[in-house]
Amino acid sequence: MKYLLLIYHNPEARQLWESFSEEQKAEGLALYAALNNDLAASGELIVAEALESPASASRVSVTEGRTVAGDGPYVETKEHLAGFYLVDVASRERAIEIAGRIPEAAIGGVEVRPILTYSALEM
Amino acid sequence: MTAPPVSNTAVIEGLLRDLAPQVLGIMVRRNRDFDACEDAVQDALVEAALAWPASGVPDNPKGWLVTVASRRLIERWRNEAARRRREEAALAIDEREIDPGPTADDSLALLFLCCHPSLTSPSQVALTLRAVGGLTTAEIARAFLVPEATVAQRISRAKQRIRESGAEFRMPPAEERGERLGAVLNVLYLIFNEGYTASSGPALQRVELSSEAIRLTRQLRSLLPDDGEVAGLLALMLLTDARRTARVAADGSLIPLAEQDRSRWDRRAIDEGVGLVSASLASAPIGPYQLQAAIAAVHDEAPSAEATDWRQILGLYELLAKVAPGSMVTLNRIVAVAMVRGPETGLAELAQVEDDPALAGHHRVEAVRAHLLEQAGRPDAAAAAYRRAATLTSSIPERRYLEARARASTARSG
Repeated sequence: MKYLLLIYHNPEARQLWESFSEEQKAEGLALYAALNNDLAASGELIVAEALESPASASRVSVTEGRTVAGDGPYVETKEHLAGFYLVDVASRERAIEIAGRIPEAAIGGVEVRPILTYSALEM
Repeated sequence: MTAPPVSNTAVIEGLLRDLAPQVLGIMVRRNRDFDACEDAVQDALVEAALAWPASGVPDNPKGWLVTVASRRLIERWRNEAARRRREEAALAIDEREIDPGPTADDSLALLFLCCHPSLTSPSQVALTLRAVGGLTTAEIARAFLVPEATVAQRISRAKQRIRESGAEFRMPPAEERGERLGAVLNVLYLIFNEGYTASSGPALQRVELSSEAIRLTRQLRSLLPDDGEVAGLLALMLLTDARRTARVAADGSLIPLAEQDRSRWDRRAIDEGVGLVSASLASAPIGPYQLQAAIAAVHDEAPSAEATDWRQILGLYELLAKVAPGSMVTLNRIVAVAMVRGPETGLAELAQVEDDPALAGHHRVEAVRAHLLEQAGRPDAAAAAYRRAATLTSSIPERRYLEARARASTARSG
């Protein structure tokens, strides 16, 4: 079963991160590196990426067949997507367990979403 | 020339997939290095797939593959380090001298190794399909809808893990045999289900995983003809797969068992499955695959949904709940209870188990509740339960089916 683990940041989380010493930051990054290694070793990782800040985002709209890209950022949004993991795991419990290891889970910033499938049991 | 050369691609592919585990078995028995041998055999299979359609299948295809794989293995070793150079002498063999060896034991030992308990189940599945099934990494990736790199990594880490765990290419000792065979059967069943439950959409691109699982289980049964659970699993797959074409409508929506056109079921597969499970239940110790196959057989042999022998199905679920309890067994047993003792009894039993952590919030609980409410003549409550089930499932065909049932129930209540 595939799950998308979404990592959200908010201004408080950003401030907290920036208040960290270099050692604390290194510690946080080491947690990510260890998680990535473990997921690669277990064969559960499909892809994991961190996103650039919302300031570099473009909003795309198509009107009358013309594609127009407008600039971000959307300062009014309190929370923004900062990164994600796409994993293929045996159960929802396992996806939640992995989500719990993402450092942002400590501030409640991680969401677990099952991927829709075309598989179906006999009803 | 006595016969025209075989150049049909499908025939060649089938031959290569049958030979893959035999060639790998010979290579590993001779050279021990499972990891490198597995890569070398993959190289040889790819070379054969490219060369044989033009040149025809060689007289001794297994010998050809062993020779090419041995060359590729030497190259790998050479590339790796000079320390392996001494191995080369041992590999300079003429293909005519190749001893076919105890191929049956090799194939079994290979399956046990690929399903080693130190591996996660996705890794066991990927490694089994490649090393035993002869599928390429790209084919496995397409079948499971994951990137090729993910599968490649699963396979290489799995092989590394096998090396680290010190697992050997040999039959597990007798006292471990039962447990290890259980892991093999589980992997084959996972492969089957992955193929069987895919019904539409991107699924059309998938290689036939359920046929592959049936092929591998047949192979296993020819190696262990007296094992009841191997026979049971093969029977279960055949009896389930027999209904494949009848379970999906032209628009890709699901058709429940009770509404399927039974004339479209595959009679030959049903006869074979029924024969297998009847013989094994009569002679071998009973196990969960045989029981599930027996339940499938009762459904498959009923001339109509109404004529289904639910008492027998309930009896089999009672046994299954003792032998191999699980949340899906619990739910299916309740459906059988409702069919035998009435929907209200089923609903009462459902109320007793729905807080079980394995079932709480599961869409199947709501789907079963909806079904029983419908039978109990309470279409309003049934529609609400179908809608709850539809929001809880992550399967697109199931969601469509449940939404359609919710609409039908609403129409009935109005």
